[in-house]
Amino acid sequence: MSASISRRGFLKSAAATTAVLFVGATADGIAAASGRADAMLNPFVKIDSDGNVVAIIKHFEKGQGPATGLSTLIAEELGVTMDQIEFEFAPSNPELYNNLLFGPFQGTGGSTAMANSWMQYRTAGANAREMLIKAAANAWDVDAATLDIQAGMVIGSGKSAPLGDFVVAAADIAPSESPRLRDPSEWKIIGNETTRRVDSPIKVNGQAKFGMDLHLPNQMVVMIKRTPQLGGLVASYDDSSAKEVKGFIMAMPLPTNHGVAVYAENTWAAMQARNAIEVDWDMSGAEKRSSAEVRDEVMTALDAAPVYNVNKADRDAVSASVDNAATVVEKTFYFPLLAHAPMEPLNCTIEQTVEGDIVLHDGAQMPTGPHMAYQQIFQLTPEKIHINTMLTGGSFGRRATPDADYQVEAALAFVMTDRSRPVKLVWDREDDIRGGYYRPATGHKVRVGLDPEGNIAAWEHQVAGQSIMKGTPFESFAVQDGIDHSTVEGLADNPYTIPNMSVGLTDVKKATTVLWWRSVGHTHTAYVMEVMMDMAAKAVGRDPVEFRLAYLDGGGEDAERKAGVLKLVAEKGNWGQPAAGNVQGIAVHKSFGSYVAEIVEISGSLNDGIQIEKVTAAVDCGIAVNPDIVRAQTEGAIGYGIGHAMREQITLDGGTVEQFNFPDYEPLRISDIKSIETYIVPSAVAPTGIGEPGTPPAAPALANAVAQLDVRIAELPMRDNGVSFA
Amino acid sequence: MTISLKLNGQTRAIEAEPGTPLLWVIRDELKLTGTKFGCGVASCGACTVHMDGQPVRSCQTFIEDVEDAEITTIEDMENDKVGSAVQQAWLELDVVQCGYCQSGQIMNAVGLLRENANPSPEDIDEYMYGNACRCATYQRIRAGVQRAAEILEA
Repeated sequence: MSASISRRGFLKSAAATTAVLFVGATADGIAAASGRADAMLNPFVKIDSDGNVVAIIKHFEKGQGPATGLSTLIAEELGVTMDQIEFEFAPSNPELYNNLLFGPFQGTGGSTAMANSWMQYRTAGANAREMLIKAAANAWDVDAATLDIQAGMVIGSGKSAPLGDFVVAAADIAPSESPRLRDPSEWKIIGNETTRRVDSPIKVNGQAKFGMDLHLPNQMVVMIKRTPQLGGLVASYDDSSAKEVKGFIMAMPLPTNHGVAVYAENTWAAMQARNAIEVDWDMSGAEKRSSAEVRDEVMTALDAAPVYNVNKADRDAVSASVDNAATVVEKTFYFPLLAHAPMEPLNCTIEQTVEGDIVLHDGAQMPTGPHMAYQQIFQLTPEKIHINTMLTGGSFGRRATPDADYQVEAALAFVMTDRSRPVKLVWDREDDIRGGYYRPATGHKVRVGLDPEGNIAAWEHQVAGQSIMKGTPFESFAVQDGIDHSTVEGLADNPYTIPNMSVGLTDVKKATTVLWWRSVGHTHTAYVMEVMMDMAAKAVGRDPVEFRLAYLDGGGEDAERKAGVLKLVAEKGNWGQPAAGNVQGIAVHKSFGSYVAEIVEISGSLNDGIQIEKVTAAVDCGIAVNPDIVRAQTEGAIGYGIGHAMREQITLDGGTVEQFNFPDYEPLRISDIKSIETYIVPSAVAPTGIGEPGTPPAAPALANAVAQLDVRIAELPMRDNGVSFA
Repeated sequence: MTISLKLNGQTRAIEAEPGTPLLWVIRDELKLTGTKFGCGVASCGACTVHMDGQPVRSCQTFIEDVEDAEITTIEDMENDKVGSAVQQAWLELDVVQCGYCQSGQIMNAVGLLRENANPSPEDIDEYMYGNACRCATYQRIRAGVQRAAEILEA
C-alpha cells in the first residue's frame, strides 16, 4: 500500500477541511441554543464567558517554546497576564493553521514557529481585544477609543469590568482587517526576562501527557519486529513462541512487508512477544553497504568534477585563481550519518469513532502529512480525520518525515485489526537508533587561495552528499535545477563577501532514508566554512576574528548583523585571553534568519583528554520574544551540536546499523560542558528562528579550539578521529 | 505472581510475571505516566524512581525485587520536602525544554540532595552523569540543583 503525499490532493483536502472546522469554530461557538460557552473570536483566541482565555497553538511543542511564545503574543495584544491564559494545540487544518512560510501546509520546522506567527498571532490577539472593546463600548455607550484591556479587565471612561462580561456580544462583532497592534513601548510580556514557560509546571510534577503517556480504554500496544538490514522484507515468520507470552494478542506482517506488527495488551508484553517472534528476511533488495563504502562513494565524488554549479560561478577561473595564489589552504571533510534520538521514542495512537472517523493522537510535527496519508489509507474525506497534537519529548526533525513514516506504520497496523480497539504504536530506543532516518553522509573539499597581502583571492568549494529532498513530495519546490539547497545552504549564500567563490555539488546515492536533522545542511556547511576561515586566517598570520570581520565589512545589513554577534562574542567571551591553560576556538554562522557566534574554551591535552570549560554565545534573532527561552534554546542547540561532534555517529556493517541504544550512541552528558553563557543582541526587527541557529557554530568552534592543540579535525566525530575527551 | 507493592504511600496488589520491569507496572498498570521510558537499558535515567528513598532505574528493577520496599515516583514529590524544593528550583530557572527526561532528572537530583546538602558543580556532574537530556538542559539542571540546595537551607 502506498501512502505518498501529493500536493494537489492536499490542496483539495484543505478546502474541504476548512469549511467544516471554520464553521464549527466560529458561528457555532457561542450559540445560546447549544449551551456552549466558548467563543472562538478567531482561530487563535478562544474565550469563555467566565473570561478564561485560551491561545490555540498551531505549532507542536517539543521543548522549543511555541506554547509559551505564541501565548505571549496573544496575551500581550489582548491585555491579559500570562497567568490568565492557557494553551491548546490546534487541530489539523492546513487552511487555518498552516505555517505561513510553508504555504498551505501545517507544520513545524526550519525554526519558523515564531517567525511565521509573529504578525498573525499579534493580529489575532489585537482583533480579540478590539472586538471585546467594541462590545464594552456598546454596552457602556462610550467611545471605544477611550477603552483598553489590561490584566483581563476592560477599563476606561471611568468604568471597569472583566473581559468575560463582553465575550458573548463580542462574538457577533466583525473582526477588523487591520487592528491596532500595541506599540513596543506598551509591551509588558514580550521581551520580559521574568516571563516563565507555560509548560513548566506540568513538566516538573509528572502531569504532562506526552504521546507515550496516552492510555485509551481497551487499547492495544503494537510494536514492529524490524529488519536488521535496512530495507529488508519479511519472507516468513513464526510467532509460536510469542503465543506463550502473557498479554500477546497476535502478529501480522505489515502490508508493506517491512516488518511484523506485534499486538499485545501492554507495552511489556509487546516487547517480550516481539523478541519471541522469528522472522526470515528477504534481503535481496536491502542495503548491503558498509560505512567505509558509503564514505568512499562520497570521497570519490569529490575527486570528480561536480555535477551542479550551485552559484553559477566560472569554475575554471576560480580554480586557476586558487592555483596561482601565493598561499593555498585545502582540506577535505567528511560527516557521518547521525540519528536524532529524541528522548521520547516515536509513538502515536489511532482510534476509530462510532461515526467512523479516524483520530490520531500524536506529537505531530507536520499534521498535514499524516492527514493526507490517512485519506488514502482509510479512504476518508479530510473532515473525517482528526489529529490530536500532544506534547512531544523532542524531535530534532525526526517527527517530520515527508512520508509520515511512523504515523503510516501505525495506520497500517490499525487497518489489519477489526478497528474495535485503539492501537498505540510504540517504538523503543533500538527502533529509534536503527530506524533508518538519518542526517545524510556528506563530504566537502575546499581550496582557498590567499594573495600576498593575506586576503582571500579565490575559494573553490565542492560538496558531495545525499539529497534529503529528492524523491520526496517536497522535491518540486525544494529542488531547483537539480540542486537540493538543503545540501549547500550556508555556503554561496553566506553573508561573507568572499571573492571568486565557486560552489559545486554532486549527489551521492543515499545510504538509507535521510532526513533533516537540527539545522539541516548547516550542520556540515557551517563546520566547513568556519574551519576553513580559521585555517585561512592562521595560514596568513591573521587573527581569526579580525580576518572574518574583513569579509563582513561592506556586505550590507546581513553582514553587519553577522559581524555584530562576532564582535559581541569576542568581547563577552574574552577572545584572545583564555583562562590559564585553556585555548579557544571561534565560529559564526547565519541560519534560519538568525546569527550566532560562539567561542568554545577548552582545557586539557590530546593525550590526557580535552574538557570543554566554557561556551560563550552571542545571538541576533531579531526581537527576543522570550529572552530566557532564546538562551535556553541556544544552550540546547550548542549541546546538541557539540555532543554529536564529540562522539556520535551511525555506522553500517553490510547494511546493518551497528549502534543499538544510548550506550553506543552516547548522548552529551552533564559533565561534557561546564558552562554556557548566552548574550542576546538587542533588536527591533521581527523575530527569526532560535531552535536551530545555535547548533551550526558549535562544532566548528570546538574544532577551532582543538586546532590550537595542533590537530585539525576534518572528519567527525572527533573521538573516532584522534581526539580524546576527559 | 501477585505482589504487594508499596507505592507513594499506598499498598496495592499487583499481578505481574516475574521479570516484569517496575517501569511497566508503574506506567501501564498503575497509569502513573510521570515515570518515563527512554532506553530500557538503564542508560538514560528517564525512568528513575526511588526505592526506599534511593534513586533506581525502574526499567532494570524487577517487580519481584520490590516487595517490601517503599517506591516513590515523581507524582509524590510535591509531598516531599526535598522534592518540592527541587520542583520549585526547576520552575524558577525554567529548567525544562521538552520535559520528557525531567521527572528522572528531578528524582535523581532529590537523591543527590538527600546525600549531599551542598553539592559542588563537580558533585552534581558526577551524580547526574547517567541522566541524559537530549535537549541538553544540563546547565540549568546544575543550577537547579544548587538553587534547590539554597531553598532547603533557607
